[in-house]
Amino acid sequence: MEKILTRFWGDISNLPESRKIALMYWTVAIALFGVQLLFGLIAAYQYVNPDFLYTVMPFNITRMLHINAMIVWLLMGFIGGIYWLLPDETGRDVVGAKLGRIAFYLLTGAVAVVVLVYIFVQMGKGNFFTMWFINEGREYIEAPRWADIGIVAVMGIIYYNVLATVFKAKKVTGLLGVLLIDLIALASLYVAGMFFTPNITYDQFWWWWVVHLWVEATWEVLVGVLMGWALMHVLGTPRRIIEGWLYLEVLLVFGTGILGLGHHYYWIGTPEYWLGIGGFFSSLEPIPLVAMIVHAVYDAGVHKLQSVNRPALFFIFLQAFGNFFGAGVWGFMHTLPQINLYSHGTQMAASHGHLAFFGAYVAANLVLMYIALQHIRAPQGPILDSKTWKIAYVGMIVSMVGMVGALLVAGFAQTFFERAIGGATWQDYIMSQMHPWVRIPMYWRLGFGILFLIFYFVLVYDMLTIGKKKAEAMEVKPA
Amino acid sequence: MKVGWLEVIVATLFLTLVLGAVWTRGRNWLDPEFWKRYAIIGSSIMFITLIVLTFDTLAKTKIGSDRVPPPTVINYKIDYKYDPEKGYFKPVIGPEKELLFGKEYSEEEAMELIVKGKLVIQSRACMNCHTLLGNGAYYAPDLTKAWLDPKWEKVMIAATQSKTKEEAMVKFLMYPDKYATWTRRMPNLNIDEEEAKAVVAYLKWMAAINTNGFPDHFGESKLVKF
Repeated sequence: MEKILTRFWGDISNLPESRKIALMYWTVAIALFGVQLLFGLIAAYQYVNPDFLYTVMPFNITRMLHINAMIVWLLMGFIGGIYWLLPDETGRDVVGAKLGRIAFYLLTGAVAVVVLVYIFVQMGKGNFFTMWFINEGREYIEAPRWADIGIVAVMGIIYYNVLATVFKAKKVTGLLGVLLIDLIALASLYVAGMFFTPNITYDQFWWWWVVHLWVEATWEVLVGVLMGWALMHVLGTPRRIIEGWLYLEVLLVFGTGILGLGHHYYWIGTPEYWLGIGGFFSSLEPIPLVAMIVHAVYDAGVHKLQSVNRPALFFIFLQAFGNFFGAGVWGFMHTLPQINLYSHGTQMAASHGHLAFFGAYVAANLVLMYIALQHIRAPQGPILDSKTWKIAYVGMIVSMVGMVGALLVAGFAQTFFERAIGGATWQDYIMSQMHPWVRIPMYWRLGFGILFLIFYFVLVYDMLTIGKKKAEAMEVKPA
Repeated sequence: MKVGWLEVIVATLFLTLVLGAVWTRGRNWLDPEFWKRYAIIGSSIMFITLIVLTFDTLAKTKIGSDRVPPPTVINYKIDYKYDPEKGYFKPVIGPEKELLFGKEYSEEEAMELIVKGKLVIQSRACMNCHTLLGNGAYYAPDLTKAWLDPKWEKVMIAATQSKTKEEAMVKFLMYPDKYATWTRRMPNLNIDEEEAKAVVAYLKWMAAINTNGFPDHFGESKLVKF
């Protein structure tokens, strides 16, 4: 393992154990990012050529791999981020590093087994064996029950690592306090997705507890912690300001996001009051995201855009703006029930999902990885910079905006033709899918998807090489 | 007093503001502690409200409740009509019977069928192509009211050489590759007859759930004329 890490990240011999564990998670995360893109591309190609892998690996499997790889790599990236900042925040190495490593191998092994089963077994008969060992068939949390239990166990070990380190250090910073509470919420929410019920209303009610309260509440707060820590390191923002903002973020994210859950309870059989409650609170969900932009822009302006870590700084911007546009604006676009009645379950949601996950979570993970790269390869000053990260950065943004734009056009057209003019039936679906405004954007999406994969390789190349050439060393500009 | 959505919103915001103000009294708003206390108050009030609403929602959406009908609705005719009082489309159950597979199911038998149907739907990852109650993937049609879809009677009964709608549905589910009506075909998922029947029952039951009018004007299309 040390050898792989050295090859990918550089000389790690001086790193505390906690940060070595972080690099282990990030290595797998970046690889799974590639898996996500690969299966996304296959699924996108199946839209334009439905015969592709029709009998070998149908769309439901490629799409399942696409979204599951995403969830797992983002989560692994966050876990890596936690292990990376832990020694810094507590002033000591992680307690129980050995256990932490075992947790990593357990999680990675479990993910590998689940993915192999998805690829080679794919589906089972309609019985409980399938639920326990093949696939639970609930979007995003398809992982079979044995893996669910494993994931919670692993989260328990990670939690122990963080908690024990904090106890040993006898020091709880505001960031760690928020992190500790948020991680409990995050891990226990997952349990809400671990049972079978024939009642589809109950099923989807609890399913959203996991999915929504992860990505629109606890993940947002977790990213708030990680980005707050990143701002302290990349721009040298004082801790007092970061912590004040973080508490405001928690207030706004949980204050709007917890009952904002109601925007998933419009049409699943739940009572009508969710239309009002969900509509009101979810339309306020962009507010914390605006606050994050204000913060990032203000901080960067104070430092005249100068930093010792250019890629990390720019990924912080991408995070702030991407989160605001992807989660905030694109989410708001279809969150009111009066609109959602027609746009629910169309490509609108795909458009929103792509931009939101990219902006809020992909960017956040890359910020932390670049901070680590600087720490390992250029700790003494020369600023971390290269040409290739800029190419990857601009390239990924352009291709993502292209995909999101294409899906948005398709989504509006689908909403209009299938749901408003049409009667939302099987044949209305087919007619709307054949409409040029839906059909043609699917080619754009595929094209921009291929571009995205290319820039992913540029990104990986940059991560392998940035800061390694001493010739690139420049004058130190203080933060 | 009847508590509606507006009361819940006003109460949660009011409580957050007032309790937060009391707990942060005398503190400067630039002090992180000020926002920490507000964050704790705000998050707790919202979470407690969610718990209360969860209990209420679960009680109102039990199988056999007004919104989520008992499994025996599969013995009745199910329709989807505009309710002028509510202002949205609502399922209409019965009163006349419409047997499924020519059989009247007891409560227990119907429930068994629903459980089986749900297991089949999950085991084939239906949600990663279709949407159910609007949730899932967008590669295939929404199944919320699939039981009521006019295409079964207008096209699929003849195409599958069946006598009834449910027979056509079973044949289609078992051999979707054979009865495809478009280039984007549903794959053969090795669904056997017993499983297919359970899925059909599930779809019929699901069509009877009150979804607050989603999808709007189902089946009344200006786009498709059979």
